Amino acid sequence: MLRIENLHATVADKPILKGLSLAINAGEIHAIMGPNGAGKSTLSYVLGGRPGYEVIEGSATFEGQDLLDMEPHERAAAGLFLGFQYPVEIPGVSNVQFLREALNAQRKARGQDPLSGGEFLKVAREKAGLLKMDMDMLKRPVNVGFSGGEKKRNEMVQMGILDPKLAILDETDSGLDIDALRTVGDGINAIMRRPDKAVLLITHYQRLLDYVQPDFVHVLAGGRIVKSGGPELALELEREGYAEIAA
Amino acid sequence: MDEVKIKDQAARDAALRVADYEHGWSSAIETDFAPKGLTEDTVRFISAKKNEPEWMLDWRLKAFRHWQTMETPDWAKLNVPPIDYQDAYYYAAPKAKPKLSSLDEVDPEILEVYKKLGIPIEEQKVLAGVEGARKVAVDAVFDSVSVATTFREELKRAGVIFLSISEAIREYPELVKKWLGKVVPMHDNYFATLNCAVFSDGTFVYVPEGVRCPMELSTYFRINAENTGQFERTLIVADKGAYVSYLEGCTAPMRDENQLHAAVVELVALDDAEIKYSTVQNWYPGNAEGLGGIYNFVTKRALCQGKRSKVSWTQVETGSAITWKYPSCVLNGDDSVGEFYSVAVTNNFQQADTGTKMIHNGKRTRSTIVSKGISAGKSNNTYRGIVRVAPNAESVRNFTQCDSLLLGSTCGAHTVPYIEVRNPTATVEHEATTSKISDDQLFYAMQRGLGQEEAVALIVNGFAKEVLQQLPMEFAVEAQKLLGISLEGSVG
Ligand SMILES: Nc1ncnc2c1ncn2[C@@H]1O[C@H](COP(=O)(O)OP(=O)(O)OP(=O)(O)O)[C@@H](O)[C@H]1O
Ligand SMILES: [Mg+2]
Repeated sequence: MLRIENLHATVADKPILKGLSLAINAGEIHAIMGPNGAGKSTLSYVLGGRPGYEVIEGSATFEGQDLLDMEPHERAAAGLFLGFQYPVEIPGVSNVQFLREALNAQRKARGQDPLSGGEFLKVAREKAGLLKMDMDMLKRPVNVGFSGGEKKRNEMVQMGILDPKLAILDETDSGLDIDALRTVGDGINAIMRRPDKAVLLITHYQRLLDYVQPDFVHVLAGGRIVKSGGPELALELEREGYAEIAA
Repeated sequence: MDEVKIKDQAARDAALRVADYEHGWSSAIETDFAPKGLTEDTVRFISAKKNEPEWMLDWRLKAFRHWQTMETPDWAKLNVPPIDYQDAYYYAAPKAKPKLSSLDEVDPEILEVYKKLGIPIEEQKVLAGVEGARKVAVDAVFDSVSVATTFREELKRAGVIFLSISEAIREYPELVKKWLGKVVPMHDNYFATLNCAVFSDGTFVYVPEGVRCPMELSTYFRINAENTGQFERTLIVADKGAYVSYLEGCTAPMRDENQLHAAVVELVALDDAEIKYSTVQNWYPGNAEGLGGIYNFVTKRALCQGKRSKVSWTQVETGSAITWKYPSCVLNGDDSVGEFYSVAVTNNFQQADTGTKMIHNGKRTRSTIVSKGISAGKSNNTYRGIVRVAPNAESVRNFTQCDSLLLGSTCGAHTVPYIEVRNPTATVEHEATTSKISDDQLFYAMQRGLGQEEAVALIVNGFAKEVLQQLPMEFAVEAQKLLGISLEGSVG
């Protein structure tokens, strides 16, 4: 589904990704861990097509398409979703309005008919229910005045509504309380654990992986994947830290 | 369409274009031009054309003589090319617009805008002035004749007078005489005085005591039927306890380059009356290089004369090359209320200097000002407002919120509030913010699937929401689309 080869990327002329390679197949869940500043969020932005994140070498394809050649909204319509480490506030625009416009823009790009207001609300209600989020929150402006944990939960509701093929979730677990962590974990499984979908979880802790069990765990350090393994690698990292591996 | 061609650098291109069409004008139409230039004869000609009574002509001439002694205003933040008032026509027949034989001859740029606005094809033809389209459009699309008629019947039953100001001058001279020029005095300012002398047409509304006008009144139908011109004159009187909501503006773009639009709007609210006046203005703003466009110099003022009267101005300004406009409220009646909600968008080389004046003369009068300025391109957007509290006005309250949103780094936003409080019991609050559309917001919205321009439109609409939600429903939808359209190409 996603194939990254020898990816080099800079931010403000500063090299961050330095030859990163990674392949994710449909039906798989991958986790990326790594020290602060290693380039994890940078990877997600590069894949999302954020302006200012320059790719200077290497390639990334999504279902065979050259991802790096597409605009951010084209990548979204192709089925790529980023769960942001720091979700953004959009004053005056309700979640409902935002997501309905976004979903219909994606559907239009895929040649599908737009959802009517009623059809959309039905989907929204279902996904909000799955994440145990009050519908009133969906009527509020996007992320404005949301607590840290509410923002993260809102990202997952958005994921549910947009129904992507590949979700890259950047520290979705940070900021969540114990119960919310379980709800979000269950939500990710319900929405994304399917043979035709894949997930890349960026996280610092084992706790989310207790709920969403990864097939593969990678360590990103110094702009590259320095080690890959099974779920046991995460437990090992939690015990030992990065010092050994990153060295 | 009454036309005034303004001689300046930007006008040359348009003038050439008009010259090209000269052969398309029939001789019968040419006779409907007033002599070129502005003299007493021009004023007499206009008045005669309209079969006006003597008192109206005298009034116009008085204004004209005063206008000749006036100096052109000091433009503050605006950069206005000199206007040659003698090199212009002040009265022209509606049919003077060039006739086109099919939509193929219309500037594709205009058609693109129409399409984006979702205007039906037959209606597009009417707007673009394609020959033979009008009848079809009137019957099949607008049906404005029958709509206008049912409309009038219903209003008549309610006792509401709603007609063109020309008709009102003939049919209700006493009412017109009583209020015309009472809110905006004849000598008020250069453009208002000019308007008094040469105003071509406009709207008159009178809502009698205790009547709640049964529908939203709009110039929309009237513009199509009567071709209201650049020197509009609007007078709305809400008698004791009356209520009326009035929508101004053609929601379709007009391509009348380099025209001066110098309207005067007067509102009068008596005891317990309420007037809600909404405008969506999208006159031609000029092209991306700053060529052409309407000069919109408008004087709008409301007299809250009665106790507990209320006037609410809501405006969405996206068009015009230059906008100079301060819809104001003179709060004379005790406990009267003035409101001003404004969104002004400027892009490319547009200049907007707009705001309001809230003049608190009555006791316990209250005013609210919410101004949202959005600037892009190389444009300049200024909020200029006055809050004045008279010595005898006890316990006045004002709240002002001015927010500016910048797209890019070559545009300007300015906030110029004047506060003159001469009574210590007043509470006057002013808040101002300036922000930029953040890259974070744009990327976030695009990552969810919105194209760049859709994302900008969404964020801008969110920014302007407080004002947009003051508009009547169908107007709000139009206004949202307009905001998006007028900012296209402004980011990235
Ligand atoms: N605009 C910028 N200018 C300069 N350096 C930047 C810029 N943006 C990011 N960086 C740097 O890039 C590096 C990688 O940042 P990134 O956010 O990808 O790290 P991360 O692995 O997600 O870290 P964390 O675990 O703390 O979230 C950091 O050293 C950061 O300071
Ligand atoms: Mg990060």
